[in-house]
Amino acid sequence: MSNAPTTLFDKVWDAHVVRKIEDGPDVLFIDRHFIHEVTSPVAFLGLQTRNIPVLFPERTFATADHNTPTINQHLPVQDPLSANQLKALETNSAKYGISHWGLGNPKNGIVHVVGPENGITQPGMTIVCGDSHTSTHGAFGAIAFGIGTSEVEMVLSSQCIMQPKPKKMRITINGKLGKGVVPKDVPLFILSQISASGATGYFIEFAGEVFENMSMEGRMTVCNLSIEMGARGGMVAPDETTFNYLNGREKAPKGEAWDNALAYWKTLKTDTDAKFDLELIFHADQIEPQITYGTNPGLGTGITHNIPIASQVKDGEASYKKSLAYMGFAENEKLIGKQVDYVFLGSCTNGRIEDFRAFASIVKGKKKAANITAWLVPGSHIVEQQIKDEGILDILTEAGFELRQPGCSACLAMNDDKIPAGKYAVSTSNRNFEGRQGPGARTLLASPLVAAAAAVTGVVTDPRELI
Amino acid sequence: MAYDKFTVLKSSAVPMPIENVDTDQIIPARFLKATERKGFGDNLFRDWRYNGDDTPKQDFVLNNPIYSGKILVGGKNFGSGSSREHAAWAIYDYGFRCVISSFFADIFKGNALNIGILPVTVSPEFLDKIFKAIEADPKTELEVNLAEQTVTILATGEKESFDINGYKKHNLMNGFDDIDYLQAMKQDIQQFATASPY
Ligand code: SF4
Repeated sequence: MSNAPTTLFDKVWDAHVVRKIEDGPDVLFIDRHFIHEVTSPVAFLGLQTRNIPVLFPERTFATADHNTPTINQHLPVQDPLSANQLKALETNSAKYGISHWGLGNPKNGIVHVVGPENGITQPGMTIVCGDSHTSTHGAFGAIAFGIGTSEVEMVLSSQCIMQPKPKKMRITINGKLGKGVVPKDVPLFILSQISASGATGYFIEFAGEVFENMSMEGRMTVCNLSIEMGARGGMVAPDETTFNYLNGREKAPKGEAWDNALAYWKTLKTDTDAKFDLELIFHADQIEPQITYGTNPGLGTGITHNIPIASQVKDGEASYKKSLAYMGFAENEKLIGKQVDYVFLGSCTNGRIEDFRAFASIVKGKKKAANITAWLVPGSHIVEQQIKDEGILDILTEAGFELRQPGCSACLAMNDDKIPAGKYAVSTSNRNFEGRQGPGARTLLASPLVAAAAAVTGVVTDPRELI
Repeated sequence: MAYDKFTVLKSSAVPMPIENVDTDQIIPARFLKATERKGFGDNLFRDWRYNGDDTPKQDFVLNNPIYSGKILVGGKNFGSGSSREHAAWAIYDYGFRCVISSFFADIFKGNALNIGILPVTVSPEFLDKIFKAIEADPKTELEVNLAEQTVTILATGEKESFDINGYKKHNLMNGFDDIDYLQAMKQDIQQFATASPY
């Protein structure tokens, strides 16, 4: 390797280039590939049509999550189309020798939750999945991003995809997060500053004290939302927090292999003086609990603020007004005190144990507001078990909440968990697009603390008042 | 999946001057349950196109018979959101072969190219000219020339060139895809895998 200072991103990318095509993309080797029931069936059909095998089945992992019910998972899936997709995943996995964690399997859960918690996700890897929030795995210092179904077929058949190398951007945030400000607020804040297309064409490295001091769960939440900034993905350099999280997990290296891996992982950081195409710097003091009011994740603000007027936002005036009309909001309105009908805690953004701990810390000793329907959906069975083991379930039950079974649920509302038209949902997921959580549903994205505060008061509430 | 070769496309265009058209609008998630790549065009822009009772919404552009053609012209940040290739399939299946915008979301652009749709990025000024030309005459024709990498408003002769990498251009013009390419370099890949630490 040359002596020129390089970034973490360059180090990992360059180590995976099988071939550079002149005036074209790089052929990039993929270490780990996750598949789920929605974006894989057509890729398998493609293999069949071309009559080609899966090149390295041991590098692909299948889990069912997008389309699965969150109650009565032991019963046959009612919706015939969903059942069909689940069956296709199972059959294709069996046929090609791919590990499959289907419904009912104790390892089953949302793909971006189960990958890390089983130690499949490791620093320095390239990881892809036919789901845009694959960026989550970047929290480990991996290059991870979402791909389309044609690319799923490429990875299955050749373990490679063709990608032009993206530009590099670093977002540095120093300082300490204030009371009631949690990892979710950080990317929502960045989004409100740079808009939902502010990082298009870039791959982000998150650096600085705020990310260094974050748990792996927090870093996953941050990297998860990097895609909402328009970026291909985001990553955080691996450190002791990363290594401690991984050590002992089922698929993590063991013994001598662990020592070798660790020695390599410790080299994975951006050199001083390495150049980025774009650098952004913020300070932790700027960040308060966030909430979105519009129909893209860039349309958010500090919870104590009013909804901005059109001239203050980067989106065009017409689309901004359309967005507010859909939400039933007006410019310059106060967000605190707004009516909420549904609360959704879950998804690959905030469906991990820390998110349930945070939610429980607010609702403990209080009662669910009568006007609120709450869906609390763990990201995996392992998270579900932790919730029970740590006594969180008791706190939730006492406060009048129920726990559902793991899956993507209302994040994309492909199953029965749909927010009814016109209703307001405070959601810990990642997208507030029109109809994302059900036709006509109105989504306010926020942290688990803000969700909990809404769940016990029935309205948008600053969680700092309940801590 | 094989697709038609793309060389020169001369067609009228459907205008959609809306920014941030996201993939959930292009094809809502509830239509992603198929296990085959068929029939997605019927649900393209489903919730903008139809009322809850499946009657067409009269004010939506795809329901307006004065607009037609194989080119869709969209506002800035077209195709943001999810990685679902179904969005590109729906656009292709409906009959579009080219989408023009001043800015595309990355994943959408890649997906489009992979299935034989040409995404053309033009300057905001030129995009505006296209919208104005269509407004003046809904039947006005655009010519997208891939070999020359230009898009022309035929009525006025105004023209702009666009970027595309040589590899993708070659693929589109010949109807090849990446899988054909990767299959041909399998040996290199196998060697690479043997040396991989993971
Ligand atoms: S929880 Fe939502 S964003 Fe995450 S994998 Fe599932 S559908 Fe995608």
